[in-house]
Amino acid sequence: MIYFVIRRLLFAVVLLFVVSFFTYVLFTALPTNPAALTCGKNCTPEVIARNEVRLGYDQPIHVQYGRFLKGIFAGRTYGPEGASVHCPAPALGYSFEYHECVTDLITRTFPVTLSVAIGAFVLWMGIGVGLGTLAALRRGRWQDRFATTFSVVGISLPTFFFALLAILVIVIWGGLLDFPQYTGFTENPIKWFSGLLLPWATLAILSASTYVRLTRNGILEVMNEEFVRLGLAKGVKRRTLIIKYVMRAAMVPIVTIAGLDFAALLGGAVITESVFNLPGMGKLSIRAVTDSDLPVLVATTLVAAVLIVVANAVVDILYGFLDPRVREKV
Amino acid sequence: MSTPLISIRDLHVSFHTQDGVVKAVDGVSFDVMPGETLGIVGESGSGKSVTANAIMRLNFGTQVDVSGEIIMNGKNLLEVDDDELRTLRGRQMAMVFQDPLTALNPFYTVGNQIAEAYLIHHPKATKSEVREIVLNAMVKVGIPEPTKRMDSYPHEFSGGMRQRIVIAIALVNNPQLLIADEPTTALDVTVQAQILELIGTLQEEYGSAVMLITHDLGVIAETADRVMVMYAGHAVELANVDELFETPTHPYTVGLLGSVHSLDDSSRGALQTISGTPPSLINLPTGCAFHPRCRFELGENSLCRTEAPQLHAVGKSRSACHLPESQLLQIGAKGGV
Amino acid sequence: MATVLEADHVKKYFPTGASKWLLRPTDQVLAVDDVSFKLEAGTTLGVVGESGCGKSTLGRVLAMLLKPTDGSVRLNGVDLATLNERDLNQVRRDIQFVFQDPYACLNPRHSIGESIATPMKVQKTHDKQGRRQRVQELMELVGLNPEHFNRFPHEFSGGQRQRVGIARALALNPKIIVADEPVSALDVSIQSQILNLLEGLQNDFGLSYVFIAHDLAVVRHIADEVAVMYLGKFVEYGDATSIYKTPRHPYTKALMSAAPVADPKIGRERKRIMLTGDVPSPVNPPSGCRFRTRCWKATDQCAEVEPQLVEVVPGHRVACHYPES
Repeated sequence: MIYFVIRRLLFAVVLLFVVSFFTYVLFTALPTNPAALTCGKNCTPEVIARNEVRLGYDQPIHVQYGRFLKGIFAGRTYGPEGASVHCPAPALGYSFEYHECVTDLITRTFPVTLSVAIGAFVLWMGIGVGLGTLAALRRGRWQDRFATTFSVVGISLPTFFFALLAILVIVIWGGLLDFPQYTGFTENPIKWFSGLLLPWATLAILSASTYVRLTRNGILEVMNEEFVRLGLAKGVKRRTLIIKYVMRAAMVPIVTIAGLDFAALLGGAVITESVFNLPGMGKLSIRAVTDSDLPVLVATTLVAAVLIVVANAVVDILYGFLDPRVREKV
Repeated sequence: MSTPLISIRDLHVSFHTQDGVVKAVDGVSFDVMPGETLGIVGESGSGKSVTANAIMRLNFGTQVDVSGEIIMNGKNLLEVDDDELRTLRGRQMAMVFQDPLTALNPFYTVGNQIAEAYLIHHPKATKSEVREIVLNAMVKVGIPEPTKRMDSYPHEFSGGMRQRIVIAIALVNNPQLLIADEPTTALDVTVQAQILELIGTLQEEYGSAVMLITHDLGVIAETADRVMVMYAGHAVELANVDELFETPTHPYTVGLLGSVHSLDDSSRGALQTISGTPPSLINLPTGCAFHPRCRFELGENSLCRTEAPQLHAVGKSRSACHLPESQLLQIGAKGGV
Repeated sequence: MATVLEADHVKKYFPTGASKWLLRPTDQVLAVDDVSFKLEAGTTLGVVGESGCGKSTLGRVLAMLLKPTDGSVRLNGVDLATLNERDLNQVRRDIQFVFQDPYACLNPRHSIGESIATPMKVQKTHDKQGRRQRVQELMELVGLNPEHFNRFPHEFSGGQRQRVGIARALALNPKIIVADEPVSALDVSIQSQILNLLEGLQNDFGLSYVFIAHDLAVVRHIADEVAVMYLGKFVEYGDATSIYKTPRHPYTKALMSAAPVADPKIGRERKRIMLTGDVPSPVNPPSGCRFRTRCWKATDQCAEVEPQLVEVVPGHRVACHYPES
């Protein structure tokens, strides 16, 4: 097992380098000239050319990537002499759009995304697994039909549609909540909670729909396993049977998928953050796209990729702990 | 004659499927005597496993109708409530399944699973008592190094060893009835011999009755005291094991015995067969379910096609066939092994 | 008689086990370990053994579904390893495979007519009209109603599906059929039907069979020669009558003794040899004789020297230091 953990982590590190390289190369290969974004209205071909040299965009790609990597570990100074800015490690770049180090942008927006993701995750796992379990245990009855309908509707509703509908009905017509707004958890937990409720619900509805299905089918499959019948034949109580035999087995694959989904969400819930106007990483990415703010784009993509890679490794290792059969093999 | 341990009367089990109602068991009655081994033999779809599951009421999560009577200790098991049923399952009657690879919970150690079976029915047992019981059970079923192996997970055992653990779970509460549903079908022949011997030894030791369900007439011949032959949800013959193999009294039994392959017999190309295939349980033939495949069927408008035969005495056995007794005994004497 | 199929020191190893680091060499499963035999035209070789003995892997190597790790398979004297892809494809027509589970190897979305016609389509031996005709011919041959060619696998019983599998194997007029447990998934009354069918086809078309099974009694009915496999090796090989009458390897004896007999009188009287334990892992087989860990006759010699397959009486080979007589 210990070999497996070490090997898996080493593999994750290698993967991170590969991912960072391709992300970097992909974005710098875009036709936009990043140097042209540094000077705004004052741009003349000469200024652009000069900035290109100063910022190192004239160098071959592997040199640029090397500098980028070095910046992550050692910090880096950007911009023309005299007006240069130093970003301490880990420096992911400098945004001339915001006139800020990208790392600062991310540390500012990440808590927003984290708040959105955690709440949504709790909500969707609760609804998804709860409703899925109920549907499986009451198979064929109204609870099951309700869960199935919920999941079909949830999957087919586009996120933005549901989000706008929620705003219209709950905020504008109902006046039940203020327009969603982000407040730091440390600042005012109650406002944090009420401000994020709608975004959470929006995200949770979509994902919960998938998890209702996953849970329901997983449980039904396990219920047909011989070992569940043996448990019944032993005289195990139905409650114990469902928890110790059925749920235990059915949850293993769901936990692993949930880990990956959570990580993906941490990379930024683009649509939800945009609709509810939350200053999270998703919104940051979207603005970076419209503004061609390459350093920000590279950084947010990279952070999202890193989260996925890390989550993958964690989930794999977790799987080994959850399932003795896997533990043995690795 | 002593009183039966368990009496099954007019058992019907049907499943509701999209294609229609599957009559898996259609009016079966029999007794199991204390300490005896009753073999139930039949081909796939004959209803032998469904009968076993109905006795344990293991029809978890399926659309199923069960009617009739299953009387054990003066109670109809089909009428007791869930709480009482739980005290019977695993305590009075236990079950061994076909596939030991899937019968154990993969997430818990085997020691834990044997202990659980004991603790359900002895909730006040202390930790050290339970440990003693578990070790003892593992020794009894022949698991080497039980102190070490009790902390292993099922996947760390071979198929034969896992079946031993399933047997340990079944016998840990010393039940009066052990239902073994194809307990050796998934095992290799050398391991099968070990498991059958183990069941026999433990049966003698504990005095439990065993209901052994199998498709293999060889297994029946070597383990059973009495045999019930099933076909398409019906009991077609009920006999002592010697009687059954010497003078079978039902055309289906005769055909079944004829198609058994034997090690001593090298007659190439002359294997007896029963023509045709078993009927659909959704759409059973009228009259005797076996009549479309029967060589001796009495023809158009005969009882064979109009009336379902009931078990009745034929020679020393009981047979469900409309043919006259003399003819049945003659067929059996000729066609038997 | 002419030899149609010959295996010469065939080995098939599979890599197994997780490596501790990325590139560490892995263990190997010695699935088939040095097997040689000759199959004469029109005869049947029965290969018997318990699960994990390598009999199915051997069957797949013979049917060219797997490449041997070492050794050669010769078909009509031609070493298959020397052939290029095109010639190999040509040769494939001569060896066909029948699977254990007829349901798993039929595409549920194809009518059985399509399934039977597939080999002809792949090998481009018949045009559409010819295929249709041949399918009906084949169905008749294996005892299926030719009018049912449009039906789907789920509409057939297990025995009928195995007939479909056999019809498909016959489509290209093969010389050899490798059948891997063709009747073990079937009920006993149906088993006999299929065995009778296979024997009838052998008589009519002069087919040769490699018949793989775990059931000694089934093999008894169909085999001219028998090979008993244990952990990747033939431990006894030769004339069927001779082996069944006087098994000489302790393992063969134990196998026969363990097989239940459908006669209570014989069952009670006979003395049974009860093997202890399970088959050891084929990754790390015991040294010397692989059966020694379960053998009641084993001595130090058995652990040190691997017994070779030697002819003890004409046409009967045994790999044992202390064969029964």
